[in-house]
Amino acid sequence: MVSLQLKRVVVTGLGAITPIGNNLAEYWAGLCSGRNGIADITLFDASQHACRFGGEVKGFDPYEYLPRKEGKKMDRFAQFAVAASKQALADAKFEINDLNAEQVGIIIGSGVGGLKVMEEQKAILLSRGPRKCSPFTVPMMISNMAAGLTAIHTGAKGPNTCTVTACAAGSNAIGDAFRWVQRGDVKAAICGGTESPITPLSVAGFASAKALSTRNQDPATASRPFDRDRDGFVIGEGTGILLIEELESALERGARIYGEIVGYGMTCDAYHMTQPVPGGVGATRAIELALQDAGLTPEQVSYINAHGTSTPANDSTETKAIKKALGESAYKVAISSTKSMTGHLLGGSGGIEAVATVMALVNDRVPPTINLTNPDPDCDLDYVPNESRPLKVEVALSNSFGFGGHNVTLAFRKYV
Amino acid sequence: MKEEIFTRVKNVVAEQLEVDEKEITPEANFAGDLGADSLDTVELVMALEEEFDIEIPDEAAEKIATVQAAVDYISSKLEEDDAAA
Repeated sequence: MVSLQLKRVVVTGLGAITPIGNNLAEYWAGLCSGRNGIADITLFDASQHACRFGGEVKGFDPYEYLPRKEGKKMDRFAQFAVAASKQALADAKFEINDLNAEQVGIIIGSGVGGLKVMEEQKAILLSRGPRKCSPFTVPMMISNMAAGLTAIHTGAKGPNTCTVTACAAGSNAIGDAFRWVQRGDVKAAICGGTESPITPLSVAGFASAKALSTRNQDPATASRPFDRDRDGFVIGEGTGILLIEELESALERGARIYGEIVGYGMTCDAYHMTQPVPGGVGATRAIELALQDAGLTPEQVSYINAHGTSTPANDSTETKAIKKALGESAYKVAISSTKSMTGHLLGGSGGIEAVATVMALVNDRVPPTINLTNPDPDCDLDYVPNESRPLKVEVALSNSFGFGGHNVTLAFRKYV
Repeated sequence: MKEEIFTRVKNVVAEQLEVDEKEITPEANFAGDLGADSLDTVELVMALEEEFDIEIPDEAAEKIATVQAAVDYISSKLEEDDAAA
């Protein structure tokens, strides 16, 4: 049995393509000002759909990041991932070269992959026959291609994989990459989540599952986590990417350090495909395991970026889980759901929310939960309603829970 | 006739492979000169089928390595179709 000396792992670069901003600075400014990213769907004609709005990424030009010939053979979720990864590397001033390429790994999660190309090619298959289906159908569709293409376009040759745990995929990606670096498998990793699920089939399917808000008359107020009048989640798209590094090698190259990843907890409800287990015991254990992994106590937690989807079931269940995991401290911690502004990016959400959580640590400011006007009596914690707030953030958690019963909590700490 | 076919092939190739029209000479090899990989080549053949409303069987497609070969194949195919009509 080999005994491992675990390494400390720090965050040195951040990238974000989101419904409220297409780079880190815009995204963080949007979060702090309570910017709303939800509006009518423009990516396809949604007039026949029960839900006709979402959190779209606006004005994204893939060719700012990719040659035209390459970019056009990539689905949107993969374009986002390469773009945000390049942002994170540039932000960290981290150069991948012949000497370090094999020491840089990639995990980019995606819940649903290239649905758009799959839907378009299925239509061609039915209307014109199999000979007319594009040779790029499969490579554009498969979820792991975000990680594969990010390697092609950055040169990272270390371990490369993809988590596909629905709405927990981005957080699983970061947690698993944290383990790689902690164990010394690699010196650095590009990790996060990406998604572009605003497509006819996906919106129809989520709507039929009664998971989506149908507040079509007022999309801007539809994502209202912890509010009495919430009626479902709002689908969003985008990517959040972290560059994480082993502390010593980050210090050696003089990297600017945003914060430290210190804990990763994951459990499964083993209960229902889409519903959380009553009482949120699976989520409770994920939070407890992350704290235990980090060697932290509940009173040390200053901020939680909640999963907070704005579905009736999630927000009250997550509240219970936080109370059970943190005890009395649950009433002192600041909690917010940034999905109130961005919508729910499925596999992308763990990525952009980890970025938000790290920025809260760095800036000692916590983003708000907007549209929280009539708190649900079952949701009686401090959700930082409607306005961001200065707060000394020493330790912050980010929760992500996915269809399939996946529960993930990440713990971050100020680097000292 | 062949001149017109060449122009239309050139337009399709320029769009599919994102290359400058100046590079698309009759001798240009799709893989060697114009940067087409195996998937690009399949897609290019499909685009040419669309453009000229013809069918290019896989065995024929495999032999079309250059712009001139594409033009020759398409013009003979169109002549055949005319004769048949």
